[in-house]
Amino acid sequence: MRSIDRFKPAFYVLLGVYALITFIPFLWALSASFKSLPEIVSGGMHLIPKHATLDNYRTIFRQEPLFGRWFLNSAFIALSVTGFNLLFNSMAGYALARIRFPGSSLMFYSILAMIMIPGQLTIIPSYLIIKELGWLNSYQAIIVPMAAQATYIFMMRQFFINFPKELEEASELDGLGKLGLFFRVVLPLAKPALAAQTIFIFMGAWNEFLKPLMLMSDKSMFTLSVGLNTFKGQYISFWNYIMAASVIMTIPALLIYIFFNRFFVQGITFTGTK
Amino acid sequence: MAKSHSKTKFRDALSGYSFMSPVIVILGCFLLLPIAYAIFLSLHKVNLLGTVSYKFAGSANFERMIDDPRLWIALRNTAKYALIVVPSQTVLALALASILNMQLRYRNFFRIAFYLPTVTSSAVLVLIFMWIYNSNGLLNYLLELVGLPTYNWLGDPSVALLGIMIMNVWSTAPLFMVIYLAALQDIPRNLYEAADIDGANAWQKFRSITLPQLKPVTFYVIVMGIIGTFQLFDQSYIFSAGSGGPNNATLTMVLLIYQYAFKNLDMGYASALAFLLAVVIMLITLVQRLLFKEEKLN
Repeated sequence: MRSIDRFKPAFYVLLGVYALITFIPFLWALSASFKSLPEIVSGGMHLIPKHATLDNYRTIFRQEPLFGRWFLNSAFIALSVTGFNLLFNSMAGYALARIRFPGSSLMFYSILAMIMIPGQLTIIPSYLIIKELGWLNSYQAIIVPMAAQATYIFMMRQFFINFPKELEEASELDGLGKLGLFFRVVLPLAKPALAAQTIFIFMGAWNEFLKPLMLMSDKSMFTLSVGLNTFKGQYISFWNYIMAASVIMTIPALLIYIFFNRFFVQGITFTGTK
Repeated sequence: MAKSHSKTKFRDALSGYSFMSPVIVILGCFLLLPIAYAIFLSLHKVNLLGTVSYKFAGSANFERMIDDPRLWIALRNTAKYALIVVPSQTVLALALASILNMQLRYRNFFRIAFYLPTVTSSAVLVLIFMWIYNSNGLLNYLLELVGLPTYNWLGDPSVALLGIMIMNVWSTAPLFMVIYLAALQDIPRNLYEAADIDGANAWQKFRSITLPQLKPVTFYVIVMGIIGTFQLFDQSYIFSAGSGGPNNATLTMVLLIYQYAFKNLDMGYASALAFLLAVVIMLITLVQRLLFKEEKLN
């Protein structure tokens, strides 16, 4: 390893340069969100705004009264999808790992096969089914079809199969039924797997673009991602507003990432090597 | 005794099915049923006006593809995109992961920082890059500063796709970096120790130990990259306001399917395209799984 030591400073420089490449777009957007339009148009290329202002943030909420609504729509959808997935995927994963019932292996292999189905195949038929149900422009149009995901059912099954059986056996003797056992003993011990799932599902739902684009035509039902796109269309070249709106959309996902980032690696390496 | 045994069996079956029931309903209605429906749609001409009606069309939707110039443009864009993006992001991911895998300080900070673009919404990323790409934007300013030619990145068909490529290499390489990092940590230490005894230098070790050991992961990363290319939608939709322009330069397969389905309301043909895309993606996945399994057994 001695030969590497000589090059260590060079590697630090490389890492630093790439960190800059990663950060600059974000910082540049953040900076624009605090600049006034004249400052942006005059083409001043400085990162620190000359006259930092919160006007852009005030204006987007005033000019686009639905902006707050879009934020709440996104939050409600992302939180519901996350909650349902945690519950349903864990229940199914547990049943597949621990309960013997007729058809269980058929179900397991079906779920393995479903992981491989690309989402593009079901876009159009799902749209027609949701339309037939009369769900267009409703929260359930996005929440219900996303409420369980094969990938995470498989992940939970793999987690529960390596779970120490003794705990469950002891509680079973105490007279807890399967349901009581699952909620009182198994779920509380599955926290690391649940945390990894939470992050991926929340991010996926919060950032989802195609589904709300196709299912929500009523402006008040837009999510932030779709709202942001229409907002861009209306305020084209008002980059100060567009960047302020982008910053608002990024903050929740960023906070979750910073607080839970150790679970991220765990989850990626899991889904990456399955 | 026999009675209580069958009773437990019955109770197990009951709890098994009740635990599975939400998933059976959801995946049944919104995954299995749509798959069957997709196949049905792709074989029919669908009329959406008034009450939905279907007319059997046999393979007409599939035959139409051969003469569809926009499909060929989308495929060419996809191929161009894959040829540049997949190798670049794979090499970048491997380089970053290899550096992070050395015992450097602050490596955790760098890992967390590099991963940031991957958790940011594609809608936001596209807007940030459009802001950087606009004619008076940061990128042109920097290009001018070092004496390179500037472009109208958003409106010039010859560079619009390149703009999306740069953005996507930047935003997806970190995901593969994390996968590589995990794989690098799984390489047995004693291989390197043996090479140290033989007096191998760092580059020799990288070439004759690290790279061969990473072969399955590299294959996985490349396949995932190619599949991601086929699935590209958000970026080109937002970039071009749904048109795939300028002059079809950013038209992708999924955007084409979206346009046929929701702009032209031609659900039958759009479903046939989606069906074909899905088959291609599944074949690629299947090949990867089979080869990967073999690697594991060896």
